[in-house]
Amino acid sequence: MKIKSVLAFLMVAVMCMAILTACSSSEPAESSTEASTGSDSSSAGSTSDDSSSSDTSSSGSSSGGSVYWLNFKPESDEVLQAVAAMYKEETGVDVKVITAASGTYEQTLGSEMDKSDPPTLFVIGSEDGVKNWGDYAMDLTGTPIVEQLNTEDYNLYDENGKLVSVGYCYESFGIIVNPTLLEKAGHSVDDIKDFESLKAVVEDIHSRRDELGFDAFTSNDMDASSSWRYTGHLANLDYYYEQGGTKWTTCPPTITGDYLDNYRNLYDLAINNSTVSPNELATGGHDAENEFITGQAAFFIQGSWEWPTVSELVPEAVMIPYYCGVEGEEKAGLNNGTQNCWAINSRASEADQQATMDFMVWCVTDPEASAELVDTFGVMPYKEAVASSNGFLANAEQYAADGNYTMNWAFTYQPNVDEYRNALVSALNQYDADPSDANWETFKTAFVQGWAQQYQAMNG
Amino acid sequence: MSKKINSASTLQRTIGKWWPVFMLPVLICFVIGFVWPFIQGIYLSFCNFRLVSDATFVGFDNYGKAFTDPSFGHSFWYTALYAVVSLVLINVLAFLVAYALTQGIKGSNLFRTVFFMPNLIGGIVLGYIWSMIFDGILSQYHTSILLNSTYGFWGLIILMCWQQIGYMMIIYIAGLQAVPEDILEAARIDGASRSQTLFKVVIPNMMPSFTICTFLTLINGFKLFDQNLALTGGQPFIIQPDGTTIKTTEMLALNIYNTFYGSNVTSQGVAQAKAVIFFILVAGLGLLQLSYTRKREVQQ
Repeated sequence: MKIKSVLAFLMVAVMCMAILTACSSSEPAESSTEASTGSDSSSAGSTSDDSSSSDTSSSGSSSGGSVYWLNFKPESDEVLQAVAAMYKEETGVDVKVITAASGTYEQTLGSEMDKSDPPTLFVIGSEDGVKNWGDYAMDLTGTPIVEQLNTEDYNLYDENGKLVSVGYCYESFGIIVNPTLLEKAGHSVDDIKDFESLKAVVEDIHSRRDELGFDAFTSNDMDASSSWRYTGHLANLDYYYEQGGTKWTTCPPTITGDYLDNYRNLYDLAINNSTVSPNELATGGHDAENEFITGQAAFFIQGSWEWPTVSELVPEAVMIPYYCGVEGEEKAGLNNGTQNCWAINSRASEADQQATMDFMVWCVTDPEASAELVDTFGVMPYKEAVASSNGFLANAEQYAADGNYTMNWAFTYQPNVDEYRNALVSALNQYDADPSDANWETFKTAFVQGWAQQYQAMNG
Repeated sequence: MSKKINSASTLQRTIGKWWPVFMLPVLICFVIGFVWPFIQGIYLSFCNFRLVSDATFVGFDNYGKAFTDPSFGHSFWYTALYAVVSLVLINVLAFLVAYALTQGIKGSNLFRTVFFMPNLIGGIVLGYIWSMIFDGILSQYHTSILLNSTYGFWGLIILMCWQQIGYMMIIYIAGLQAVPEDILEAARIDGASRSQTLFKVVIPNMMPSFTICTFLTLINGFKLFDQNLALTGGQPFIIQPDGTTIKTTEMLALNIYNTFYGSNVTSQGVAQAKAVIFFILVAGLGLLQLSYTRKREVQQ
């Protein structure tokens, strides 16, 4: 009898332990799987080690503090894990890198910030982000990382002038061109100087697509994996020209949409001269990147982050500006900017903040680390960082060096960005199915009045 | 004899002493996983918050905003319409299938298994698969399920019928088989026709099955989320002249989700308030429907 009751008691104890540990350990377990996605087994192993040891060190908190970087780009995860391991080897400080699954950064940040061991280093990349997360960011003014910057172009401030985040790299987007295919069709990249010349080349290729064996533009899908190329990046051409030579420093309450006709020029050109007909774009399911690298199409609306993939098969690819029929666009350059901005958690312990700052400075000054990071991120705007090997960013720099104007990323000011863009996608779907002026007016409404509405929603 | 009584009372005493062993683990799970989040959720509906641990109390503000939000009203009526149509279609079709499969046709068991199988596939996967099927057909006519809210509505109905009929069918088959043979025999002897037997004898005797099936389909209709998100995601939108949008195929649960992640600083609280309203609505409707159909059940 006694043995039985002892046994029963043991069972209860074990059960309780199982439940309680299941509850408490779900966090690190989940995070280590997140971290290990997309990274090789060795770095994944080291990450889970890191996370467990950083847990102990932060709970002990007497030692030098640790770094927890919540990364938002799944494609960078592998490199960041490697850099974190490098740092640990060099300095002994733990760096835990967790990567949010694609498109879930905002949710992940929300839940991670609520935990007892929140990220010390996270990303605030837009005006929206500043509104939502600015309160949780330390003022970076005058800190060592700011002294390393070679430009202030990519800094984000809140309305009180607090420096919320600093860019750790910048990127560039435009139209990626395959020069070899252009030559096959009897044209050259140098022929393209403005919208008229672009249109001539594109329409010629599209009309002879059967004979040539390739088309002008890759598919322009409107599903979630691709629509941001049009509702975010391409939209930037309107915002940029609307700024009229100045730069927005905060989200304007209303916009005019004065350059939407130019947007339409380029958009029509892309959807009507493409591998996929416009009325099939709504559902998506096409692979534009693959079409480009396998030579099925010569033009691809994308950004510099495509370089590692594109350069493997089309090393001669170049990037040209959004030519859309604006006066003086022969002097246009590429769209340079970033949403990759570091912010330090203002609620982390001082030791952790210091450790995070040291890590950031190391990332942009250490030759080996910055070389790794530059390869995945693009250009790092810091004095001692290694120069980029990215061909598209070299194009961007060349345009700037030739005296062409750089188009800044005004689209990062889009208010209530997800809702705003969803409406644009819906309107573009209608337009793709029936490219009438009435449907274009609907798109304009979503673009212009939608901006004002979402601004209201954001700012109450 | 005395030993039996003795052991019974020992058992009683043992249960009296040891009930926490069996109850507590489940109770703890239930409190952690349900009761506590539920109470906190209600509290948060009265707060502005971005992080759950960092909320400021604002009273009934969120409820005011939820009720004045036109998209919430639209999604409510859309959901109600959907729930009614799917309730009728699923139950009628499921009953017909169940009736057909209890008539002793060859291969009934195979049919039952096959009809039940769609239930084993997750909602998101189903949504994407069906969007491909619908678009595969609609693209022949140069349109898409994302372009017309009527297609979106009936698409969702077809999807949910396909998924749920098999499940309800199983419940109806169980009900049909539980109708006592002697009543059926009595009906036959009295000369009742097939349809008379069905409507006057079989259906009244299987009201419990109707109660459970209508309850499940009604609640499922209101709570529908994954399939809605994956099939249309609320598209197409009506863009109003002032720039606001109405997502024509957005149902209540998706509306709450979209509000929550609308990246507006105050939107989380409003979404939480909508969720509480949603809970009261679904619970109320469910109870109402249960009490209504319960009255029609006959005691055998």
